[in-house]
Amino acid sequence: MWAFIHKLGSPKWFYAISARLQPWFWAAALVLILVGSAWGLAFAPADYQQGNSFRIIYVHVPAAFLAQSIFVSMAVAGLIFMVWKIKIADMAAAMMAPLGAAMTFVALFSGAVWGVPTWGTWWMWDARLTSMLILLFLYFGVIALRGAFSSRDSASRAASVLAMVGVINIPIIKYSVDWWYTLHQPATFSVTSRPAMPLEMWAPLLIMVLGFYSFFIALTLMRTRSEILRRESSKRWVRDLLGEGR
Amino acid sequence: MAFDSLSAFLAMGGHGVYVWASWGVTGLLLLGVVLHARAERRALLRGLRRRVRREQRQACPSADASPVSHQEGHVRES
Repeated sequence: MWAFIHKLGSPKWFYAISARLQPWFWAAALVLILVGSAWGLAFAPADYQQGNSFRIIYVHVPAAFLAQSIFVSMAVAGLIFMVWKIKIADMAAAMMAPLGAAMTFVALFSGAVWGVPTWGTWWMWDARLTSMLILLFLYFGVIALRGAFSSRDSASRAASVLAMVGVINIPIIKYSVDWWYTLHQPATFSVTSRPAMPLEMWAPLLIMVLGFYSFFIALTLMRTRSEILRRESSKRWVRDLLGEGR
Repeated sequence: MAFDSLSAFLAMGGHGVYVWASWGVTGLLLLGVVLHARAERRALLRGLRRRVRREQRQACPSADASPVSHQEGHVRES
């Protein structure tokens, strides 16, 4: 077990294994997002209350899921980096932050656009919306912090600490709809209860969520591979790799 | 199919602006993120290969006459 973790933490080994995994996640992301989009946009029935504006859910919810999952991943990677000094965890954390910020923006933007026909307003300072806005600023903070140090190790440690502290915001986002009065509707998916939507509505949503997660994994593998080359460029195996023309 | 015609699909029952704005921004960002990752990888590989070649030349200047480095120099000029 420890040998496996040690191997996983080796950039050279990760570089090789991620090359084989990457195409599968890209393919899964492409197929799932295309199928989910077609199903969600054209085939799912319109909502009896919201009409067709409810179709925004198929980008809003997957983006919001990713926005939060990526921040948790960054915090876990930060912990792994701080405790075991595994560099690959820090590389992955650095590479996933911009996608997390982009997904938080998508969730906020699509939510605001959705709010106009549904709530009659595009913004409210309520708990769910405000905590998501804080998440966006936390992402900006993590990204800015990495660029603010001349020493890479200091930057990595500062970004890891901010991710580990900022992750407190995630349960606040999750439970904000239960703890405070809010315009936002309660969670769409729950592990313990059946979905409140008919199958034709939630099946495409599940497909989109899986597609977005595959996209996140594929992109993180790809960018971490780039980051490995960047940071390990003086290593022998990288030299050999580049010399071969691959 | 939830719509009778293409125009009904685009109109989204009067909510077309909201639906397409959300999907458009999402699609553009996902695409942009992929293009960025690709450009990042290409630029990085180009820069690193150039560095490796330069260092190899510095390590053995006499190798300049060899056909391999001559060919490489030609590629870089074009």
